[in-house]
Amino acid sequence: MVEGILSLPKTFTGNRALMLEEPLIFERQSSGGGVDIDDKVLDGKTTRLGELEREDNIGLPDLSEPDVVRHFVRLSQKNYAIDSGIFPLGSCTMKHNPRLNEKMARLDGFADIHPLQPTSTVSGALALMDMLAHWLKTLTGMPGIALSPKAGAHGELCGLMTIGSALEARGERSSRTRVLVADSAHGTNPATAALLGFDVTAIPTTPDGRMDVEAFGAEVDKSVAAVMLTNPNTCGLFERDCKRIADDIHEIGGYFYCDGANFNAMIGKVRPSDLGVDAMHLNLHKSCSTPHGGGGPGSGPVVFSEALTPYIPVPFVIRDNNGYKLVEQIEDAGESMPFGRLAGFHGQMGMFVRAMAWLMSHGADGLRQVAEDAVLNANYIMSRLQDVMTTPFEGPCMHEAIFDDRFLKAYDIETLDFAKAMIDEGYHPMTIYFPLTVSGAMLVEPTESESRASLDLFIDTMRHLASIVQSGKKDLFTKAPVYAPRRRLDDTAAARNPVLRWHKRL
Amino acid sequence: MRYLPHTNADRRDMLDVIGVSSVDDLFVDVPPEAHLEELVDLPHAMSELEVERVLGQLADRNISARNWPFFIGGGAYFHHIPASVDHLIQRSEFLTAYTPYQPEIAQGTLHYLFEFQTQVAMITGMEVANASMYDGSTACSEAVLMAHRVTRRPKAVLSGGLHPHYRAVCETLSRFSGHTIVSADCHGVAEDVTALANLVDDETACVVVQTPNVFGSLTNLSNLAESAHEKGALLIAVIPEIISLGLVKPPGDMGADIVVGEGQSVGNSLQFGGPYLGLFATKGRFVRQMPGRLCGQTVDEEGKRGFVLTLSAREQHIRRERATSNICTNSGLCCLAFTIHMALLGEIGFKRLAAVNHARAVHLADCLAEVPDVEVLTDSFFNEFTLRVPGDGAQIIEALVGMQIFGGIPGERLFPGALACKDKIIVAATEMNSDEDCEIYADRLRSVLQVNQQERAAHG
Repeated sequence: MVEGILSLPKTFTGNRALMLEEPLIFERQSSGGGVDIDDKVLDGKTTRLGELEREDNIGLPDLSEPDVVRHFVRLSQKNYAIDSGIFPLGSCTMKHNPRLNEKMARLDGFADIHPLQPTSTVSGALALMDMLAHWLKTLTGMPGIALSPKAGAHGELCGLMTIGSALEARGERSSRTRVLVADSAHGTNPATAALLGFDVTAIPTTPDGRMDVEAFGAEVDKSVAAVMLTNPNTCGLFERDCKRIADDIHEIGGYFYCDGANFNAMIGKVRPSDLGVDAMHLNLHKSCSTPHGGGGPGSGPVVFSEALTPYIPVPFVIRDNNGYKLVEQIEDAGESMPFGRLAGFHGQMGMFVRAMAWLMSHGADGLRQVAEDAVLNANYIMSRLQDVMTTPFEGPCMHEAIFDDRFLKAYDIETLDFAKAMIDEGYHPMTIYFPLTVSGAMLVEPTESESRASLDLFIDTMRHLASIVQSGKKDLFTKAPVYAPRRRLDDTAAARNPVLRWHKRL
Repeated sequence: MRYLPHTNADRRDMLDVIGVSSVDDLFVDVPPEAHLEELVDLPHAMSELEVERVLGQLADRNISARNWPFFIGGGAYFHHIPASVDHLIQRSEFLTAYTPYQPEIAQGTLHYLFEFQTQVAMITGMEVANASMYDGSTACSEAVLMAHRVTRRPKAVLSGGLHPHYRAVCETLSRFSGHTIVSADCHGVAEDVTALANLVDDETACVVVQTPNVFGSLTNLSNLAESAHEKGALLIAVIPEIISLGLVKPPGDMGADIVVGEGQSVGNSLQFGGPYLGLFATKGRFVRQMPGRLCGQTVDEEGKRGFVLTLSAREQHIRRERATSNICTNSGLCCLAFTIHMALLGEIGFKRLAAVNHARAVHLADCLAEVPDVEVLTDSFFNEFTLRVPGDGAQIIEALVGMQIFGGIPGERLFPGALACKDKIIVAATEMNSDEDCEIYADRLRSVLQVNQQERAAHG
């Protein structure tokens, strides 16, 4: 096919730029025969598949290595990432991902060990799990830990199952049917409680952005199994009455579950144990860097108070005079009473190594500085923007600054429009419309990774955008983004008529 | 501390701008008694070199699959990963990106998720797949929950050949969510599909059956699917070794309603158990009951094709306490590795890789069957099978470790207390094993058994 130079690969912008349009891998022309595999072993061999041979054509394209490499490199160029610039997603903690962590996780002794090889051959891995457990227990002041949960939400599941088991042991599982959840909580909190058969009671937020302690007090009685609170909460604020909430729930024999997604603000500065917490998950893939990889994998260890420690799930590592032992079965758990198993193997080992590298790189002194700098950066952003944007709450914030849409409403601009305009300025937008308790919320989390210069540039850009809001140039917001691989995408069409895979055109 | 960009002068200036005198003024909402002064029992910051030294020493205390001939499977498999896979997933734009909440600047992630969903649907023979789950075991337990939602029935039947850890995960979740599990016994290494079908009644939401099962046996699901459907139950097929589907008839062609599996084998290393890659595929009509993230195709304002996360109303984002699942993430980077590796393999490469795995396992089985008193129990298998050995399987595996070989999984480790498993070893082979490895294994097993026999004679 000979065509003029102008019909060469199309670009996003229509210009002959380096950013190329990329088809689906299934739409590329066949160019090779797949990875070379030494297949001499196949000569003259019979099969033992019990007449279950696959006969159909699967439909996978056969491409050469250069074509595959180019395909994925071009795709990568359509992504914004923390290594490209500030990624101020509130509640997501997008901080610098040190490459040292990646290098450590790829050592053969960590990457190529099997979860079921004899434990005598993995003493280093067990020692690393024990070391990570020690650090996390020390940083939180909690005596027990379950390492196996694979994400924050999985940790919540683990935490509430442990609470359920403790109640069962007390003979109160059937009488304590309710879980109280702050209405500003992550959506996974009520979902987790509901999944485990608890009735969820939402506790409202006060005008100062904290859980309403009076409303909470009115709901606390002996039908309550637990309260689930995020601290610092999703408005970026510290729950001042945390201790009182803990005391009240303990008073009636319930448990205090703390969503630890925002541990970044407390690490080395505040121990959850000193706040009366009974169970709290830690998002290692957030608080301790580790790559987010477009949304996963995660890792969500849960720390526990004395009261809940006996019930934590298998597997876990124990240390005795003979070294480390991996307890995989409930029957081998000695005096503890694990509630069961949450995942196939021992947890996100690859993430444990990354988190450990990050923790050691900072040390106790550096971790304290992490929390201080994260909080300092958020307050700096809030202070420098509160004259041009609107903030729903008074006083200092923790590691994330929250704004509402009052400064946009008068000009008929939505939070979403403002966020899309940030894309055209070269930034990834902050978290928007969360928490649900704040109108048109914008939750900005800079983390400790951003330098003052990078914060100033970001703030200047935001100020510039805020000033344009009042100028009447509404198009700049409603038409944005213009300078992105795609203009606004039609979510409604995607949901109404879901197209979830490619099909060969017949 | 090298990751923290501020100087003390920066910090002072910034505090001035905020209008407070010290950083602790920003922590004013923390109750005074909860302020932590210092952490005495954790070390201070380490240099990059020191961290490498400490972690390198820990890594050196482990014996990796690269060190010795390696024959362990059981739901995690040692395969070759082409160099390009790790190169590409380490590109910053993939590695350090987040959930694609702003699709216009996350088309790279969304585009490969759409390709991943297509690959998984094609390979399993199903109509749709999601953008991955935590791992195979959690995908399996979520499939059981989904079957309860679809059928509104309270009971799940699990086959005896289901990986015991997968079973434990399903049992844990079901116990707390108030559902009933009926577990079939596994008397032999092959599934008794008739016995399994007999456990299905009007209350049964699903039958869960793994193929190849934990002993390596392949199962024809067709009749089981038919009898489950006759009674209004769904068939959930569990595929722990996804490479098997390059050679074996896919579960979708045998009537499965939901297919879950472990995708670690493609593009992801063993990592002592995680992170792994849960695969989840189903029929189109169940799509709104499927858990996890979904990427869908749409158009932008200019009519150009683009991709977004879709159908999230099923998730916790919006429905909260009415959510179908509390899952809120996927294994993004692991499914990218899968997608790239699968793209590199292509149709020819994937089928050839599967054929090589099977041929290695057949060769290994033939070598081991020659060892006196050792019996290969599995008739039809993919790359894993079960041996009956004279004596205690766990002791034999330890003795093999003494001879620098990883000989498989003692049945007892997976089924503690089960007498029938004490003399069984589950053995896997992949393209990583050479002919020589297989012969070395047979030789060393022979000598271990000889020593055992001599000891028995001496004591006997």
